[in-house]
Amino acid sequence: MRLAALQKAVARAVMQPLTRNEHMRRVAPGGDRMHAYAARYIKPNDRLSSFERLEIYNRQYWFRVLGGLAEDFPGLRAVLGGQRFESMCKAYLTECPSRSFTLRNLGARLETWLRQNPNWMSDRRVLALDMVRLEWADIEAFDGQAKPALRSEDLREIDVLNLQLGIQPYVQLLELLYPVDDLLLEVKHGDDTPDFASNAVQERRKRSRVRAVAKLKPAQVFLAVHRLDFSVYFRHIEPEEFALLSALRSGKTIERAIELAFRKSAVSAADRATFIQHSFQTWATLGWFCQPDKRCAVRKAARKEYS
Amino acid sequence: MPANKFNNFTDYGIGIGLRAPHYDHILTRKPVVDWFEIISENFMIDGGRPLHVLDQILEQYRVVQHGVSMYFGSAGRADREHLRRLKDLVKRTGTPWVSDHLCWGSVDGRYTHDLLPMPYTFEAAKLTAQKIREVRDFLEVPVAVENVSSYAEYHVSEMTEWEFLNEVVERADCGILLDVNNIYVSSRNHNFDPLTYINSVPADRVAQIHIAGHSKFEKYILDTHDHPVIDPVWKLYDRAIRRAGHTATLLEWDDSIPSFQEVHDEALKANRFLAETQLGVAV
Repeated sequence: MRLAALQKAVARAVMQPLTRNEHMRRVAPGGDRMHAYAARYIKPNDRLSSFERLEIYNRQYWFRVLGGLAEDFPGLRAVLGGQRFESMCKAYLTECPSRSFTLRNLGARLETWLRQNPNWMSDRRVLALDMVRLEWADIEAFDGQAKPALRSEDLREIDVLNLQLGIQPYVQLLELLYPVDDLLLEVKHGDDTPDFASNAVQERRKRSRVRAVAKLKPAQVFLAVHRLDFSVYFRHIEPEEFALLSALRSGKTIERAIELAFRKSAVSAADRATFIQHSFQTWATLGWFCQPDKRCAVRKAARKEYS
Repeated sequence: MPANKFNNFTDYGIGIGLRAPHYDHILTRKPVVDWFEIISENFMIDGGRPLHVLDQILEQYRVVQHGVSMYFGSAGRADREHLRRLKDLVKRTGTPWVSDHLCWGSVDGRYTHDLLPMPYTFEAAKLTAQKIREVRDFLEVPVAVENVSSYAEYHVSEMTEWEFLNEVVERADCGILLDVNNIYVSSRNHNFDPLTYINSVPADRVAQIHIAGHSKFEKYILDTHDHPVIDPVWKLYDRAIRRAGHTATLLEWDDSIPSFQEVHDEALKANRFLAETQLGVAV
């Protein structure tokens, strides 16, 4: 048998979901009996059948990938509940197995997949989607690229309004309908409890999470998930700040970004200059400005050429 | 013999794996450690704390890269994005050699994130060796392949595991990261004499050795890296370095990780055996 064919056959079995009791299924991919399927490829030994030997890898696969998602999405787990979360993860990984060399990217397609499979979120659709977006932003902010930050002298250009500014790739901008950042911090704080905590402590922690999810009321939140001294922070920002940063990130000039940010703003015209000055000062201090993405600059140059 | 072209003519001693729970201890106490092994994939990222810590470690220590997902034995081509990021990291660390496993784990771009055992066939040896050569040529550093622990064997195999290892490394002209714990685990799972394996390995290709602990279950042994090294594994280590000489040795401890000192002390037990090899090498 050729190597590629053997590996495809074994991988199909290894990546096939486990039973409820976390054992290998009796039915193989394609409908064969798994005992016969395993025996076709795997030798038995004096202690284990072919089925049992293949099952070791089947179980290792699922324990590893499910463990990876549980570690990356504790907030979503709190929103959906443990059992539903695990079932959802199995369905997600069955349809969207890892396509990256690193487990870090395991949840990269989870938000998109959940939007296509809303039943997993039942009546908590908006809350769950907000949480999965926040948790993915947390991952991206943790190890995203940091370009050299622009210094204040870099910003002292004569034609500052026509200037384009880049926003650091690790800064993630989110518009949320629930304050899920508070909930996530509460969940993560609970997870800091030592492993040796008693069952009673674990149970109290679980009840506390259920209460936290239940009492969470909708409230529009604009958030910048960013990194400072290598730790990730959730910073609440004003809607105008969100619009301004988003416009800058998409390649708009400062002048155009300001126009867009205040289109429907409640900030009075008299207060806008102070607002803008304060915002830019804060972001510069946090090191959020960098050279703009070359693709944005190229797009802008192309537009100029044809205009 | 130990300083060879497969470890870039270095003479590294005893190292330990760089793991997150030990970062603070290492950066604040600056313990004397000959070298650290990093899991390449943990640092093949764009920025943030892991790379910051790595840069600090590199200021004071020697680092060797060990990978877990190159999958030399997978039938498909190597992932270009993986290779590009790996090469960037090689430039950053200045690792004298890179290692990864003699196994497969991806099919058609889908990753199992496991170290699946190879079928020991000539076709597999040829394809695997070809990929090792491609990776080495791209990275421009020597490559060493590590024998894995396994829990299954295939009907299609045409040779023993150690014959397959020899076939691959000869065809690829690459080094070996000899994991003596993996040999022990597989010997118990597949009923072979681990000394036969050790004695069959081409000693002049051994670039590095791994030692580790494992977990024993009723019907098989799992390579869990969560215990001290047991005596039978130390005996295999003794035999390996008597054949290969004073070789760069690394203790792996990846789960239920104890204090830095405990891990380091366990690794330094290798000195008992290394001291004896200074007196003479038996083949």
